[in-house]
Amino acid sequence: MYRNLTIRQKQIVWAWAFLALPVLFYSVIRFYPTGNAFFISFQDWNLLGDRTWTGFDNYQKLFADPVFWKVFKNTFVYLLLGTPISLVISFVIAYHLDKTRFMHGFLRMLYFLPFMTSAVAMAWVWRWFYQPVPVGLFNNALAGMGIPQFPFLQSTKWALPSVLAPAVWAGLGFQVIIFMAGLRAIPRSYYEAARIDGVSSWTVLWEITLPLLKPTIVFIVVFSSIGFLRIFDHVFNMTTNNPGGPLNSTKPLVLMIYETAFSSFDMGYAAAQTVVLFLVLLVVSLIQLRILRDT
Amino acid sequence: MAFLNFKAMAVATATSAAALFGSSAQAVEIEYWQYFFDARVEAMETLIENFQDANPDITVKMTHFPYADYRTKVAAAIPAGEGPDVVQLFYGWLNDYVAADLIQPLPADVFPASKIDEDFFPMVQAMKDGDAYWALPTAVRSLALFYNERLLEEAGVKPPTTHEEMIAAAKAMTKRDGAGNLTQVGMTAGMTAQDHHWWREGLIRQFGGDPYLDDYQTVNYNSEAGLEALNFYASLFTGDDAVTSIGFMDEPQAAFKAGRAGMHIDGSFRIGSLNNTRGLKWGVTELPATADGVRSNYSSYWVNAITTKAEGEKYDAAVKFMEYVTSDEAMQIWLDVVGELPAKPSVGMTEENANDDVFGPFIRGLEYANTTKFANESGQRQLMVEMVERMTLQGMSAEESLAIAAEAEQAILDEYYNAASN
Repeated sequence: MYRNLTIRQKQIVWAWAFLALPVLFYSVIRFYPTGNAFFISFQDWNLLGDRTWTGFDNYQKLFADPVFWKVFKNTFVYLLLGTPISLVISFVIAYHLDKTRFMHGFLRMLYFLPFMTSAVAMAWVWRWFYQPVPVGLFNNALAGMGIPQFPFLQSTKWALPSVLAPAVWAGLGFQVIIFMAGLRAIPRSYYEAARIDGVSSWTVLWEITLPLLKPTIVFIVVFSSIGFLRIFDHVFNMTTNNPGGPLNSTKPLVLMIYETAFSSFDMGYAAAQTVVLFLVLLVVSLIQLRILRDT
Repeated sequence: MAFLNFKAMAVATATSAAALFGSSAQAVEIEYWQYFFDARVEAMETLIENFQDANPDITVKMTHFPYADYRTKVAAAIPAGEGPDVVQLFYGWLNDYVAADLIQPLPADVFPASKIDEDFFPMVQAMKDGDAYWALPTAVRSLALFYNERLLEEAGVKPPTTHEEMIAAAKAMTKRDGAGNLTQVGMTAGMTAQDHHWWREGLIRQFGGDPYLDDYQTVNYNSEAGLEALNFYASLFTGDDAVTSIGFMDEPQAAFKAGRAGMHIDGSFRIGSLNNTRGLKWGVTELPATADGVRSNYSSYWVNAITTKAEGEKYDAAVKFMEYVTSDEAMQIWLDVVGELPAKPSVGMTEENANDDVFGPFIRGLEYANTTKFANESGQRQLMVEMVERMTLQGMSAEESLAIAAEAEQAILDEYYNAASN
C-alpha cells in the first residue's frame, strides 16, 4: 500500500511519523490539561470531592473580588515597569559590552551569572538584604550613616519595586546575550558607509542599529513580557510568610492562582483565574507582535 | 488397614502443609501514609516496629510525602483503590475527607465514643459524629511562652506569669541603637507565626470574649473583648515604647533562635529545633494569665483514620494498628521522639510529664485549650495578618480594621459551610 503512494504522499506519511511523538506529547501533557482547566473553571471542586457544575459563578466571583483587581493591577505594574526597564538597561549594557575588548568574556559571564542562579536562592538572599536592622545589609548601611531605615518589603508602596529589582537583575544576562547576538548580526558595511558619510554616532544608533535590531527587540519584549506577567518565584520567596504582602501589594496573578488552588483548595476558582491569565497573556502577546512587527 | 493408615497420614500431612502455607499467605500488609517531617517519620518507624513484633502476621508499610503534595496524592490514590489503609490528616481537613468519602468511621465496638470522650482531652471530640469517631490523634499540640534565660537574667526579670509581668519583662529586655532602631526585642510578634492562634483562642477569651459562635460557623470577635485583645496585641509593636516590631529579623522564631528576642510564643513542635540551636539557653512557661488569673490556650492536632480502601482482613489489620497508635505506649513514644503532647490525660497528666520542665507548660495548657475549627486555615490567618497591617501600614483604627477582618472571615466561613450543605 505504501508503495503505491506518490512521493509527495510518502513525504507526508514520514512527516507525520516523526511528528507523532511530539503531537502525542503535546496533546497529553499540554492541551488536555489546558482544556481541562477551562472545564474546571465552570465547576466547583475542592480536589477531594465531586466536581459540580456552577456555570459562570467562578467568573462572577472573580470580577467582584477586590483582591483580584488589586492583583490584576500589580501584574501589569510588574509588566509595565519590568519590561521597559530591563529592555533599556540590557541594551545599554550590550551596546557598550559589544565595544569593549578588555576582559570581554569575563564581563559577559558576570552579567550572565545571575540568570543561571536559582531564582529561589537569589530571592532569599535579596530578602535578607532588605531586612530592617539588625540583619538587613542595606538598612544596616543606612543606619551606619545615620540615615533612617527604609521599609523595603514592609511598605505597601515600596514592596513591589523591591521585589521587581532582583527579578529584573536576574533576567538581564539573558537579554544582554540576545542583544549582543543581534548587534553582531548587523553588517559592518552599514557602519563603514555611515562613517564615510561622517554621520554622528547618535544618528548611527538611531538610524542603523535600532531599526536593524527590531527582530531582536520584538523577541525580547514578548519574551520578557510573558516572564513578568507570570512572575511568581521571586515574589513568593521574598514574601513567604505573608505571600504577596503586605496587604497584597506585591501579589501577582500567578501567586493568587497558586494560593487559591493549593492552600484554599478551591480548584474551580483557581482555574477561572488561570483562564483570565491565559487570555491576558494571549492578548498582550498578540498586541505586541502586531505593534512591533509592522511598520 | 495399613493402607488406610498411610492414606490418612498422607491426607493429614497435606492438610497441615496447606495450613502452614496458608498461614504465611495470610500475612497482611497495610499501608500507612503521612507527610514528611523527620521526627514524625522516626517515631512512626518505632511504632510500626513495636506493632509488628506484637502482630507478626501484619506488616505495615509507611509512605511519606512532602507536605505540599500530600493532599493531592491522597485524593488521587484512595478513589483509585491505591494508597493508604490508614492515613494521617490535619484535624481541620476532616469534613473534606468525610465528604469526599476517603475515610470510614472507626468501629464502635473497638472505639466506643463514650470511652473516648472520657479518655482523651476534650478537644478531640471535634472528631466525633453521633456515636462514632472518624479519626483519633496520637498527639496534640498547644502553645506556650518560650523565654531566653540569658536575656532574662541580664535584664534581672523572672519568667512572667501574667500579661502585666510579660510586658514589664519585655520592656526590660528591649534594646535600641542610638537612632532608636530596635536591635533586640523583648518578645516576638507576627500573626504569620502562631500569634493568630494566641489572639483568637487566647487573648480574646482572656478578655472575656468568645471568638466564634455556632460551632465556629459565626465570627464573634467584633466585640468589646475582641477590640481589647487587638489593642493589647497592637500595643506590643506600636508607639514609642514598643517592645517588638513585626518582621524583626524576618521571622519570629529566627529572632528567638538568634538570641535577639527575649520571649516567643510558639507551639510544642518548636521544641526540637530549639534543642538543636547551639548556644541558646531557653526555658518555657505557660501562656501568661490575666490579672484575674484567666488562662486560655489553643490546641491543634493531626489524626489517623482508616480509609475507605481498607476492606476485609486489611480492615481488621488497620483497626488493630489504629488501636496501637492511640495507645498509651504509642503516645509516650511520640512525646519522647517528636515532642508532641499525648492526646490522653492518662499519659499527659502523669506526674512526670505534667511537671516536666519543657513539656509541662504545654501539657498543663491543654486543660484550658480550645481548638478552632478552621474552614481555610491559611486564608483565615491571612485576614489576621492584614488586620494588623491595615493598622501599622495604613494607620487604620483598630475598630475599623477589626470589623473588616470579622466580615471577611465570616464570608470565608459562609462559603465553606454553604458549599458543604449543598
